[in-house]
Amino acid sequence: MSDLRELYQQVILDHNKNPRNFRELPEATKKVEGYNPLCGDHYTIYLDVDGDTIRDVGFTGSGCAISKSSASVMTQTIKGKSKEEAERLFNVFHKLVTGEPGDTSTAELGRLAAFSGVSEFPARVKCATLAWHTMRGALEGKEVISTE
Amino acid sequence: MTALAPSPVMYDVERIRRDFPILSRSVHGKPLVYLDNAATTQKPNAVIDRIVRYYREENANVHRGVHYLSEIATNAYESVRTTVKKTINARSEKEIVFTGGTTEGINLVAYAWGRKNVAAGDEIIISAIEHHSDIVPWQMLCQATGATLRIIPVSDAGELLLDEYAKLLSSRTKLVAVGHASNALGTINPVKQITEMARAHGAIVVIDGAQGIPHLRIDVQDIDCDFYTFSAHKVYGPTGSGVLYGKEALLEAMPPYEGGGDMILSVSFEKTTYNALPYKFEAGTPDIAGVIAMGAALDYVASIGVENIAAHEHDLLLYATARLQEIDRLRIIGTAAHKAAVISFVLEGVHPHDIGTILDQEGIAIRTGHHCAQPLMLRYNIPATGRASFAMYNTREEVDALVAGIGKVLEVFG
Repeated sequence: MSDLRELYQQVILDHNKNPRNFRELPEATKKVEGYNPLCGDHYTIYLDVDGDTIRDVGFTGSGCAISKSSASVMTQTIKGKSKEEAERLFNVFHKLVTGEPGDTSTAELGRLAAFSGVSEFPARVKCATLAWHTMRGALEGKEVISTE
Repeated sequence: MTALAPSPVMYDVERIRRDFPILSRSVHGKPLVYLDNAATTQKPNAVIDRIVRYYREENANVHRGVHYLSEIATNAYESVRTTVKKTINARSEKEIVFTGGTTEGINLVAYAWGRKNVAAGDEIIISAIEHHSDIVPWQMLCQATGATLRIIPVSDAGELLLDEYAKLLSSRTKLVAVGHASNALGTINPVKQITEMARAHGAIVVIDGAQGIPHLRIDVQDIDCDFYTFSAHKVYGPTGSGVLYGKEALLEAMPPYEGGGDMILSVSFEKTTYNALPYKFEAGTPDIAGVIAMGAALDYVASIGVENIAAHEHDLLLYATARLQEIDRLRIIGTAAHKAAVISFVLEGVHPHDIGTILDQEGIAIRTGHHCAQPLMLRYNIPATGRASFAMYNTREEVDALVAGIGKVLEVFG
């Protein structure tokens, strides 16, 4: 069970049960669908971008605990950040879940640190990164993102 | 499925398990509990050893050389046609075309029969519970010809609505394609009745037997279908080989599927004469070892008896269904009266993907996802299910391990 507790940390279970910013954003300037056909995870990410700033972010959809909690934590993490900062956080998160060595301290990782266990479960990396890829695609002006 | 209950003397599951070397390995420090048999079955020593023997002692190309090894390889390869003929009760070896698997068999019919016989305004009927491999080739055929795809709907229990099917049939119906058993729900379809109904309207019938052959005695003459296709790897054989059975007259009238060596009698730049059945449909060097090992797999199944296997699996199905129904938050998807040993389920508040990961940590392999049947998932308004599918070597103890594993899932998710 120890590995499982590493994967399903309390933060993940909590965000799965009570996802934050889990709503449509009527004022969204960008709206993108993210889809993982392999497991059926399917989310829509809404971004309200003002100039260079992500003023607000929301998401809807369904999927596994890893993908949903990851989307939820992401919305909290990037809200109010600049596009450039969001891109940097994408890279930090990606390194974390793929087990690549990064230079980000645990303190700086904050809530994202809860996803450190994912790197031990390669089959679940796509779940953890789906919302992030979708958010990044939205910033790049794409309409549908698939991680398959 | 009407076989007698297996007597313990007759059906020795522990002895059978010893024939499958992989079953003694562990996964994440736990004994492997392999319940993903609808995806692919494990292989007995008889199959593994046959592949090794072929490559060590018999390897040569077939239908080519006059030399000793080519003759040995050709005889071994061709003898499997007779094994398959007997297994499914075909009339002749000419009706047995070796393929790469079920998917290739369906595509072969869609292409070679379909492009010649289907035209704009015609209709093709499939069912709502088909695997993608029995949907997409027909969609492609419809796109190419202007024909229309019609779908037999399914009840909440997962049974095809035959009254609705009857309404779909008409003089426009050219072809009906259904699975013998559903990989996602386990439903065993009444293929004989479906065929008879299609026949009354002059349509031909293609049966996707991928999930039929491991669990049921197949008699293509009794079903009276025009085509029946299956994969070796679902019935304890290797991946990469399979069979398309077709009625001789239909195969005879069909143009070849692929061109190349082995499917010709003579070639000049002006004219090529195609080979006789079944070679007309077997262009290029086939998966010789795969076909020979498929024969070993079918022989192995016959040595145990498909009725005995079916009875054992049915016992597991009933036991597992009862045990899983004890779990409050668990719902079984697919409750047809006539089912193969496949149980799809959802767990309230837990996504199947999470179930799969947690069970894997317990050494338990199940499939999670849409099972290549996305339209079906939509029908039940679920994104995915967990699926436990049983084979001849599974035990009640493994069902207990699955139930305990789901207990762990609920523990983690609270």
